[in-house]
Order: sequence, then C-alpha cells, then structure tokens
Amino acid sequence: MSEAYFRVESGALGPEENFLSLDDILMSHEKLPVRTETAMPRLGAFFLERSAGAETDNAVPQGLALLPRLECSGVIQLTAALTSAPVILPPQPPTWLGLQGSKLELPLWLAKGLFDNKRRILSVELPKIYQEGWRTVFSADPNVVDLHKMGPHFYGFGSQLLHFDSPENADISQSLLQTFIGRFRRIMDSSQNAYNEDTSALVARLDEMERGLFQIGQNGLNDFQCWEKGQASQITASNLVQNYKKRKFTDMED
Amino acid sequence: MFCEKAMELIRELHRAPEGQLPAFNEDGLRQVLEEMKALYEQNQSDVNEAKSGGRSYLIPTIKFRHCSLLRNRRCTVAYLYDRLLRIRALRWEYGSVLPNALRFHMAAEEMEWFNNYKRSLATYMRSLGGDEGLDITQDMKPPKSLYIEVRCLKDYGEFEVDDGTSVLLKKNSQHFLPRWKCEQLIRQGVLEHILS
Repeated sequence: MSEAYFRVESGALGPEENFLSLDDILMSHEKLPVRTETAMPRLGAFFLERSAGAETDNAVPQGLALLPRLECSGVIQLTAALTSAPVILPPQPPTWLGLQGSKLELPLWLAKGLFDNKRRILSVELPKIYQEGWRTVFSADPNVVDLHKMGPHFYGFGSQLLHFDSPENADISQSLLQTFIGRFRRIMDSSQNAYNEDTSALVARLDEMERGLFQIGQNGLNDFQCWEKGQASQITASNLVQNYKKRKFTDMED
Repeated sequence: MFCEKAMELIRELHRAPEGQLPAFNEDGLRQVLEEMKALYEQNQSDVNEAKSGGRSYLIPTIKFRHCSLLRNRRCTVAYLYDRLLRIRALRWEYGSVLPNALRFHMAAEEMEWFNNYKRSLATYMRSLGGDEGLDITQDMKPPKSLYIEVRCLKDYGEFEVDDGTSVLLKKNSQHFLPRWKCEQLIRQGVLEHILS
C-alpha cells in the first residue's frame, strides 16, 4: 500500500458511479442482456461481436426492407445466420445492427446511455444472478456462493442495475443487502485474523468490493501489529519506493 | 466494439500494483483520440443527413456513437487523472528529485505538472511557521528522539552534517545522525533506521 496515493473511490454502491474512478469504469464495462426495440443502422462492425444467443422475431424486421443490395435469398441467409451459433459472419458492408427485437449483450455503460423511460431503443433484461432463482440461493446461504465467478462486481453492478426500473428492483436491492449482511461476518473475521499468511484461499470467492474490505481489514491488522512491536516510530522507505527498487530498469544510471 | 483501446489503458493502470506509475502509453492514447475523431465525423455526417432528409431512423445510431464518445472521454480523463495522483504521491514518498527511470515513464506535460506541484508545495511550506518555513514532508511518524541510529544500505558517498563534519556512507556502515538530516535518505531507501 502506498501511503500517499489516494485513488478515486468507487461510487457504484451509491446513486451514481464516480466519473473518475477506475473501479467504476471497469465495473460498467461488464455486459448485460438487452433486447433492441428499434434497429440501428450503419453499425456493421458489431455483427462480429454478437453473443451466441442472438435471435430474431419471426415477423420480417422493420429495417430489412431498406437494406441495400440484398435480394431475397440474401435476406434468408442473413436471418439464418442470425439464428445459428456461434455467430461469426464474414465482413459485411456497413449494415444494420440489432434488427428489431433481437437480443444482444451490451456493456452497462452503453445500456445506460441508450436506455430511457419509454424504452424506445432498448429494453433491459436482468442477468441471471439477479433473478428470482439465484436470489433464493443467496437467501438460503450467502456464504457458499463464489461471487468472484458471478461477475466480479456483484454489488456494484447490481446497484447500478436498479437504474433500469425493473419491477423487481425492490427484491434485487433486498437481496443485495441480505447477501452482504450474510457474508460480512466471515470477511471481517478472516481479515482480522490472517496475519502474515497467504490469503488467496480466503479472498478467492469474494467479489471486488469485498476484496477491498478485506484489504482494509488487513491494513488495520498490520498497522496494529506494527505498533505493538514498537515499530510505529520507525521511519521506513515506503512500499512505493521499495517496489520501484525491485523492478529492473533497463535504462537506470548508477 | 468501440472503446476497447480506452479500456486497455484503464486496465493497464489498474494492474499496476498500488500506486506505481507505468510508462505513459502515448500510442494507446493516440489511438483512442483517433477513434473519437472517426466517431465524431460519422456522427456529424449522419446528423446532417437526418436533419436535411428528415430520416429519424438514424437517431439511435447517433445516440450509440455519442455514448461511445462520452465513454472514450471518460476513460482518457480518468487515465490521465489517476496518473497525476500517482505522480503527486511520488513527491511525498520520494522527495523532489525523482530517479531517472521514473522520469522516463512520464510524459513531458506530466513532468511539467510535477514541477509546478513541487513549486506550489515549496511556496506553501515557506509560508508556514514564521521566517524559515516548515517542511511538512518531514516527520511523517511522530519522532521519539533527536538523533537516530542508521545503517547504510548502499554506497552513497560523502554526507555533510550540520556542524561541518562529513560522514562517508558506505554499504553496511552504521552512524548516529540527526533525525532531520537522514529522514529523506531513509525514505528513499539509502539508509535504514535501526531501533535500539
């Protein structure tokens, strides 16, 4: 830990993310499933990135009628390509993204930007872990769940999901809170009692926010132990300096 | 997907262990700015087309690109700002003179910012405590004694003490020196504070 470096904290648990926070930027890069309500032309580069679960409605999408240079067979090919998986299409002329009603996975920042109350461009679906099924798992025993695998920003992402006005918002927020309450005791215990040992097993199943808490607990423990040993008044080279010295600089003059 | 390069910049900073300054990724930054320029131009032409031809189907696309532009901007600003926070920490941890290796990791503008910061800090410190000023980067931990025992960790050379005598700092030699003179060197890792 560097004593003088104070990074911008994450605001994801509150109403809005912090603009400058690196943690929040990483968190909002995670994807969630959306359903497009209208087509978005000229974004052909995106076809190469679509998830394998893409489908279209059976009715001919609104935009298809205007697709340039596609005859009938081309349309059928396109529809077939969209329903098969994995979806790796050959380079296309700049064409339509998200024919109306198709399912995509977009990052949170994009979904937030395109979302509005009337759902003109997108409507958002909840990721699995915030839905009913997983919520009951969390309420049964929060401690056994591997939150790192479930998307390493479980709490932050879940809190920001509440912006999308889903009817299940109240349940989601309750579930987030209760899960955290259930897990907190163990985090606090382990962080306060693991001194000078390898903690990777303890943090393996914690999400990013919990890992931050664990680290704070460890810092407190280390500071206290240092004080107990009488080392609190010892001037030390900061960790920053020690880390710089360990790295091998190819162009360092001596 | 847009904004991938910008995310790479962010991840690079996030990966650097707490507080360290990686090299300035000028190339990456340039690519992000080029992507922003391309997005902006595409949007401009689409907006003109939408306004003149009354084609409202382009609006979701314009919004999409606009979101990507905002995201790129956010990533670059956060990248630059976090680097400045790390550089500021360097002044407090290392002192005014940075090792050359670190200087190579900084862009010219960052170096200039560092110099300005140093100057502001120095002006502020001079304005405290009456005539001589007060060095607030000293005594980060409450001092217990005026003189301290130190051991040299690497060869440093001659070191002059207040009353004129100079001390030769050779590796592994031990000295009993005034605290305020050696604090800087201890923090830089040249000396080691020994507790009796």
